Order: sequence, then C-alpha cells, then structure tokens
Amino acid sequence: MAKKEIDARFNKFGTVSFTDVTRINDFIDFLEQGKLMGARCKTCGKKFFPPRADCFHSLDSDMDWFEVTGTGKLVSYSALKYAPSGFKDDLPYTIALVDFGEYKVFGRIDGSVSFDALKVDMDMKAVVTETKNGKLTYTFQKA
Amino acid sequence: MSKVGIIGVGQSKFVRTYPGSVRELAFEGFKEAMQDAEIGVDAIDATVVCSAPEYDKQRSPAGVIAEYLGLNPQPTFYAEALCASSSTGLKLAYSLVKSGLHDVVMVLGFQIMSQLSSAESQERMGRGADIQWESPFGTMMPAYYAMHAQAHIAKYGTTLEDLAAVRVKAATYGPLNEKGVFRKTITMEQFEEPQGFVGGPVASPLRGGDCCANADGSSCIIVANEEKAKALSSKPIWIKGLGSASAPVNMAGRDQLHGLIVAQQSAQQAYKMAGVTPQDIDVAEVHDCFTIAEIMAYENLGFAKPGEGAALIRSKETYKEGRIPVNIDGGLLSKGHPIGATGGSQIRTIVLQLRGEAGEIQVKDPAIGLVHNIGGVGLYGHVTILGRD
Repeated sequence: MAKKEIDARFNKFGTVSFTDVTRINDFIDFLEQGKLMGARCKTCGKKFFPPRADCFHSLDSDMDWFEVTGTGKLVSYSALKYAPSGFKDDLPYTIALVDFGEYKVFGRIDGSVSFDALKVDMDMKAVVTETKNGKLTYTFQKA
Repeated sequence: MSKVGIIGVGQSKFVRTYPGSVRELAFEGFKEAMQDAEIGVDAIDATVVCSAPEYDKQRSPAGVIAEYLGLNPQPTFYAEALCASSSTGLKLAYSLVKSGLHDVVMVLGFQIMSQLSSAESQERMGRGADIQWESPFGTMMPAYYAMHAQAHIAKYGTTLEDLAAVRVKAATYGPLNEKGVFRKTITMEQFEEPQGFVGGPVASPLRGGDCCANADGSSCIIVANEEKAKALSSKPIWIKGLGSASAPVNMAGRDQLHGLIVAQQSAQQAYKMAGVTPQDIDVAEVHDCFTIAEIMAYENLGFAKPGEGAALIRSKETYKEGRIPVNIDGGLLSKGHPIGATGGSQIRTIVLQLRGEAGEIQVKDPAIGLVHNIGGVGLYGHVTILGRD
C-alpha cells in the first residue's frame, strides 16, 4: 500500500525550518510566487501576521489571504555576531521587527542594507527572497 | 486568611560544568534546604520539580529526582516555563498548600547546560521562542533582548554605558557570593575593548559583558501552610503576593519592545495581593539575564518611572547601600543562570536577606522583598513578594 504523502512544504521556510507540517502551508506557495501573505478571518475580519489556520475570536478556520504591502516602521533590530547551530554560514545578519500598523512582521534586514543606515522608526518594506542555502524567506529593505 | 510560609531554602554552587548527573546535582540544593529547614523527608508531602527541557537526556525528571531524594511514595509534579520554571513551581506549591491538598511541598529546580556546546545551547534557547515563524531566521536569546535594548535606547536615550553599569554592579557582588559562577569584578574600561570577552560584540547593541553566564545548578525551596510553618520553623518567611502573566510568543504580537508587559502585569497583581507598593520593597532580585533586562525591570516593577531605569543605576540607588538594593547576590549576570534553578535561587537570596542571614551582602534590616523571574523573552512573567511578618 502506498504511503500517504505528507505535505511538508513548510520545511522550505528559512535557513533552517523547525516545522514541516502545518495547515498554513499555502504561505510557502505564495512565497514561491514572490508574495508575502498574512491571514484574515473571513468571519470576523481579524488580520493575523504571522498567518494562522484558526481564529480564536470567531472559532472559525475559514481564512482568507492578504498581501503584506506598503511600508512599515522599523520597531527594533539587532545584528548577530554569533549564531545558533545551523546558521553560522549566514553571519553576520540582522533580525528586525517592522510595524505595518494593523500587524507587525518579524524577519531579517536585507543584506543590501548597511547596518549603519538602520534607525528605529525608519520606513521599511518587505520583499520575498532566497536564503544563502536556497530556501524561501523574506527580508526588509529601505522603503 | 491563612498564610503560606517558606521554611527551608538551598542551592548548589552554580558552576560552568557540574561533575555529576542531574539527580546528583538536584541532591545538592535539596540537602541544603533540608538542613536549613531541619526536617526529614517524611515531612515533605509532595514535590514540584522544575527545569527547561532538552538540555540533558533525562525525560520526565520528576520521577527520577523524587526517587533519588527519598521522596517516594509522595506525589511529584513537573513544572516548565523556561527560565521561570521554578517560580512557576513555587506558585503551584503555594496553590497545593493553600488548597489544603498538601501541608508541606518542596520546589526543586535544576539545570545542567554544560552537556551542550554554546551554539547548541543557543539553538535550544532560541526554540523557546516561536519555532515556526521566528527560529528559521536564526534567532537566539541575546538577539531578542538586544532588540529590546535597541528599542529602549531609541525611546529613552539609554546608553551602552548605562547597560555596562548594570554589569559592573553585578560584578561588584559576584566575588562575594561563594555559590556564584563568575566571581571576578568587571570595569567600565573592559567594555571598551572590542577584542575582549567583556567588550566583544554578541548581538548589537549587547556585548559579552551584557550577557549572563550559562551554568549548571540546582535550587530548593520548601513551603508549608501556616500551622506547619510555625510548628516546624523558628524563622518562617511568608509569601505575601504572587503575580503571573503570559505574552504573545512572537515579537510581532508585542505592543512594545522597550519593556516587558508580563513583568508589569505580574507586579501589579503581586503588589495588590500583598497590599504594598514599590516604595515598600526593601530588597529585590530581578531577572537580569541581560543588562537591559534589569533596567527594564526597574521600570516594569515601579522602582523607576518609565524611561528612568538608567538613572537608577547611574545614581547607584540599586547598590547595597542604595534606596532599593537589587541583585546584591550578583544576579544572573554574575551568579550564573542555570535556567530551571534560577527562580528558586532568587527566592533563596531574598529569604536569607529577610532572615538577616545574608552575610557580607546583607542589606540593612529588610522587612519586604521581591523576586522578578521571567521565562523566555518576556513570554512568562512571575513576581513574588515575601515578608518577615
């Protein structure tokens, strides 16, 4: 008997993904199309980033997708000089949080942005890109 | 309303590498607490064992440790909340006693971290955050707290020197604590040497000296209902207030990065329950896993107004002779941070202070003390207020 195929698309997310199977796997298909997406509950309209499969407010699992577009404000950032296991080849890199108003997005600053150019509250935009090891991710660039 | 008292406290030495197994390490904190309480194992009605998982191979450590400490057939429970595991355990023990289910309950916290390399340990700690949406970016605890530091600097003008001053204070008292892992002093000048261990960058703006040391260690706290506490102990210290809160694990769910909401919320609950204000606190232990964490704690606990935490360390008001002495045992920064043992060790320090048994680090005649213990990056918050009366 054939083994049931496992939908492990999420292991393509980031330098090292710690999650294979999730009900929000379509997020990966959107990344492949160059789109960074959040989820919105069809029942109550609540927007979620990171996206999620279920809404605790309406107890519904009927979600729509919306694209993360426009500019947000840089809330904070940190440049790492040491990395956890599995990320050494990425060094140095900078993690950051960007506030888009209705939601915030956690990720990395794009390698094209110099560290000295970073300032809390500056305008940033999210772009879909690839990691050094060829996985899917998104980064923040100057808006 | 009946009270819940602490009748025994103990901890192992916090060391870089403990030359023994988890159960043997647990015995060290246990032995000191039992000798302190002057009771035998038959007096213990239940244990709550506390640690953060995946740093050692033993699964379900409560059973193994209860057996090794001679605490069968009494029930044993396991509590986990990352770096706040043993404060969680204390709250559970309080509840078990207060409910009348058990009279005397032991809280045993432990952690062996030295079986892992530093990078592996960072990966484990990072996985205490959001593994689905954050860990794939290569996150680690110093970097998360560094983001809080950067936000605090941007909002309030806090400086790298203010952060360093917190470490200089911790390292003033570290050498006095025979249980601590880092017993050297640190100077501001050492922070200016980018090639050195103290001044070298880790995750901007935090430098090596801004980060606490991983350690192996255990702690043990014995709590009892009022009747038993008075019968068994000549010097019980009373649990006057407890507060706890949780926050979204992903930074994207946080309303602010310049402070920890869980600490504010836990403090408000604990002050209310104890019927005291921040001005009433005579001595405190706060969760200084990184220097910025102590400055945020000053503000979140109400020792300083928002944005004025840095001024409190600049004026040295949190030194032993100051208005509100904080982390006079060296804190996590110098005493060391064996995750699951940390909350119990903080409680032990405050109990010894309130009894007047803190030796060289004794603060002048404290009546009310506070412990602030945080799990993850402001994920779990616990504030405990203890008193002599």
